[in-house]
Amino acid sequence: MAIKDTKANALIVAGVLCFVCSLLVTVAAIALRPVQQASKLDDKRKNILRVVNMYEPGMDIDEAFKQITPKVVELDTGEIVDGIDPATFDQYAAAKDPAQGGRSIPADADIAKVKYRPRYATVYFLYNEDGTPRTVILPISGYGLWSTLYGFLAVEADGNTVVGINFYQHAETPGLGGEVDNPNWKQLWPGKKLYDEQGQLALHLVKGGVDPNAPDAEHKVDALAGATLTSNGVSNLIRYWMSEDGFKPFLDKLAAQHAGAAAAPSA
Amino acid sequence: MSDINAKKIVLSPIADNNPIILQVLGICSALAVTSKLETALIMCVGLTLVTALSNLFYSTIRNYVPSSVRIIAQMTIVATLVILVDQTLKAVAYEQSKPLSVFVGLIITNCIVMGRLEAFAQSNPPWPAFLDGLGNGLGYSAILIVLAVIRELFGSGKLMGVEILPLATEGGWYVPNGLLLLPPSAFFLIGLIIWAVRTWKPEQVEKPDFRIQAGQAHGAEAH
Repeated sequence: MAIKDTKANALIVAGVLCFVCSLLVTVAAIALRPVQQASKLDDKRKNILRVVNMYEPGMDIDEAFKQITPKVVELDTGEIVDGIDPATFDQYAAAKDPAQGGRSIPADADIAKVKYRPRYATVYFLYNEDGTPRTVILPISGYGLWSTLYGFLAVEADGNTVVGINFYQHAETPGLGGEVDNPNWKQLWPGKKLYDEQGQLALHLVKGGVDPNAPDAEHKVDALAGATLTSNGVSNLIRYWMSEDGFKPFLDKLAAQHAGAAAAPSA
Repeated sequence: MSDINAKKIVLSPIADNNPIILQVLGICSALAVTSKLETALIMCVGLTLVTALSNLFYSTIRNYVPSSVRIIAQMTIVATLVILVDQTLKAVAYEQSKPLSVFVGLIITNCIVMGRLEAFAQSNPPWPAFLDGLGNGLGYSAILIVLAVIRELFGSGKLMGVEILPLATEGGWYVPNGLLLLPPSAFFLIGLIIWAVRTWKPEQVEKPDFRIQAGQAHGAEAH
């Protein structure tokens, strides 16, 4: 009953089986790709909305996202670049592609351990009714304990006050480092200031809780209990992405613009 | 076909011949995905589907596969099914698929799948093979669900992400046991489950491979 075990039979059966299987995989991959891309985009948008507290379960994400305008920024100059379509630009892919201005970060400057830095990054604007920026949402990433954390940090138009933080991709230990997803922890962030009065980056995570009456409480966030390495990772990625290598030039420009807009009516 | 005891094929792997606690297979993923009930459930569905369907398909073509390439044929079928499951998950449950993707991919190397193909589907017709795969998938699922319930409930005070035991850090009374969230805790739990089941069903206890002879003890005395 069983087929004869000859070399020819083995080759034919293996060949036919592989062909049929690869056909199935191909069909599935092509047929599911549009659905997957839509889910992926939805997931990203959901996380952008979450960081500015605009997300509610079951909401129409496309509709809500109309209030948010993505723009591509050149990191070195902090200028908005019009030539690149933010809808298709993928800064994490571009960071590894020298043709798109990506380059590797020297080890001693790679505080966040992300290895590559893109020339351009996608930021998301939320505008006031009069058309001035209200909030900008910046992509952040950095290595924690097990994995690279990817997320967003939302900052007010003054380029200094934190609106919220949210990580959409990581593989930290659930219950310990994974608590970066805990809403109670994320609640500690709004109102914190990134830079001190001298314009130096000051925001970092501290162990043992933050005394709200301490003079520098606005630069400190309580670290995650039992997750020192993930907390260090979060501190480091803030330090890197809010530095001159990261979004500082952009935030400085935004702050200057904001100060100008605020001063204009009284002048 | 009439002499097949379908009920027995499906039910026996759940307690009498469980792939995790009797055969001690599939431990890797049982440690990795059980810190949350939700991920464990998705993994259970994925593995049960892959085991049942790969048994079904392989059993259908088993008489046309020369025995020298049968392992390759089995792997090809398993890999195809796993890719299909992974792709479908990414499309319909993207958020849940993110932490699981690695482990779904590793179903390919899960010993339970290969074990059932080699041990059962190789020598049985498609329908019983399908039932056997289903039963073993359910046996694996049963243990995973028990582990995940214990680990999530006592490790983070939640089930399916919903708070059950109010945590002390958030104003409640329960101080969570962080060890339960780390993979080694699943080892201890699996050990305890094996102990409990073998106490309940002593026929599962293996005979010792060898015994220390009474005579060997004297050697120490003579020294």
